Amino acid sequence: MNVARTEALDLHRKMGLIRRFEERAEEAYGQGKIGGFLHLYIGEEAIAVGAMAALKPDDDVVTHYRDHGYVLARGIDPGLVMAELYGKATGISKGKGGSMHMAAVDRHLWGGYAIVGGHIPLAVGLALANQYRNLPRVVTCFFGEGATNIGTFYSGLNMAAVWKVPLLAIVENNRYGMGTAVERASAVSDIYKKAACLNIPSVQIDGNDVLAVRDAVREMADKARAGGGPRLIEAKTYRFRGHSMGDPQRYRTKDEVEEAKARDPILLWRNFLLGNRIAEEADLRKISDGIEAEIETAVRFAENSPPPDPSELCANVLVAE
Amino acid sequence: MSEKSYRDAVRDALREELIRDERVLILGEEVGVWGGTYAVTRSLYDEFGGKRIIDTPIAEAAIIGAAVGAAMGGLRPVAELMTINFSLEAMDQIVNNAAKIHFMFGGQMKVPLVIRTPAGWGQLAATHSQSFEAWFAHLPGLIVAMPGTPYDAKGMLKTAIRSDNPVMFIEHARLYGVKGDVPDGEYTVPLGVPDIKRAGGDITIVTYSRMLHVALAAAEELSRDGIECEIVDLRTLRPLNMSKVYDSVVKTHRALVLEEDWTTCGMGAEIAARIGRDRFDFLDAPVERLGQIEVPVPYARNLEALMFPDEKLVVQRVREMLS
Repeated sequence: MNVARTEALDLHRKMGLIRRFEERAEEAYGQGKIGGFLHLYIGEEAIAVGAMAALKPDDDVVTHYRDHGYVLARGIDPGLVMAELYGKATGISKGKGGSMHMAAVDRHLWGGYAIVGGHIPLAVGLALANQYRNLPRVVTCFFGEGATNIGTFYSGLNMAAVWKVPLLAIVENNRYGMGTAVERASAVSDIYKKAACLNIPSVQIDGNDVLAVRDAVREMADKARAGGGPRLIEAKTYRFRGHSMGDPQRYRTKDEVEEAKARDPILLWRNFLLGNRIAEEADLRKISDGIEAEIETAVRFAENSPPPDPSELCANVLVAE
Repeated sequence: MSEKSYRDAVRDALREELIRDERVLILGEEVGVWGGTYAVTRSLYDEFGGKRIIDTPIAEAAIIGAAVGAAMGGLRPVAELMTINFSLEAMDQIVNNAAKIHFMFGGQMKVPLVIRTPAGWGQLAATHSQSFEAWFAHLPGLIVAMPGTPYDAKGMLKTAIRSDNPVMFIEHARLYGVKGDVPDGEYTVPLGVPDIKRAGGDITIVTYSRMLHVALAAAEELSRDGIECEIVDLRTLRPLNMSKVYDSVVKTHRALVLEEDWTTCGMGAEIAARIGRDRFDFLDAPVERLGQIEVPVPYARNLEALMFPDEKLVVQRVREMLS
């Protein structure tokens, strides 16, 4: 067993925090307090949490539109994330980005991007900057399997491979690009194999196993950091909720979803903790209570925060010079 | 002062900024070993090496996306798109990333990026002869520069490279060989400030880039008949500073916008609307526009020659407006 008790409990707490955060966001959406799109990360928590546990605090991260989980996994105050969903001035992106565009540059979170695949070249450029400046930072770029069918996946990663920049691509294969199953959209269903055409070493892992994610990310990130060029991880997982709110989910059966829930990453980790006597029921209950309190505080913070001042509308279009 | 070509002026700006700031780097197709398709970056690879002058694959979305990422990460990239026609491949990166990132994340990041790209034509047919400046000038979050002289090209490019904002810096293939006076020492030209290239009291011609030279030649011809044109070179299309245009129109009461682009939804439409709104009472005639014929650009030399306004057409239109 290669996990210390403190870390094991922290992984549990972070996955649980994301789960409860998303459930509360869903509730607030239903009450009309959150607008626009809301893409929930429920079912995929082990990937963000495992990856952030492996990465160093100053490693750079670029994500896609289903981005609440990464921000929370890096330890950002859930209040700032909830306030962003509420469109408040105190939000992580000052209420200007919303659910799909969360960034915290001081924590090396370079943003969620909502044009599928459009952020992959950005990650390559950030990695180029790190290489140019001799900074020992890896850039981790998250995207779904749906993004591996668009041009920038190939053109961006090809460039990264030619330049040998320190980039780690993590593909979260949650089986569906919106409602289209991977085998209906991609000629290659084992996404990690796509890296071979770019000469990029890759692995396929169980994305619902938080330790497997942590270990794979650590190994691949270290190789990229050491100058070995980009790496790719395909983390297989399953999205328990619809693509966004209001998804009728005609593309899959209820049975399929229920079956997938047997491999809920939080359940798997809970069983691991209890089975290996790392924690008792009481410990986990205490963690859950802590999460409830933290989410409650976050919701209250979002509710009580002011909306952006109208003067913010025209701020930050250009840098004032 | 020395007489220099537009090409050499652009290269001098790049070279001086590469020397001045370690964070400046150039990336694009054939910018390094080849020396640039239009020879703008010639010799820079030999002087600065492959770390600063980076040849890229033919992958415009990745080039611009990587340049945006590098700018976010603390560098000052100058990305070259071989021609403006290829910007279409990079449109998502320009529109959704370069122009939005500062705003969308509440000002957390800056994108100090320059995208250099030439417009132009010369029997290159429909896909390689276009002018897309109005598309870019449409976008909040982007600065669009389109200098017409070697002096402006050098001074404005230096300002663009030092700017913390993304700048679309549009050159012109048919201007690269045009010569003009350029100071020997350090100087910069601000972005967002038009320039009066010829003073006159009878009519205002608002123009930019290569059409500036067509306007100057037409003004020379008209002057022989006692018609004095005032030529306002916009130099920067966004932000669009109208004050010199307005001052001129107040004096001349007539304005012609001369552009190389199609006129529908072009710069001329915007300028005419602004003059009409803000200086309506000073106008003696509607603001006129002159641009290319509204068809794709053909290959055959004789047909292509009919596409773009030339000196003769400008002279004719000005006479009509004054008659």
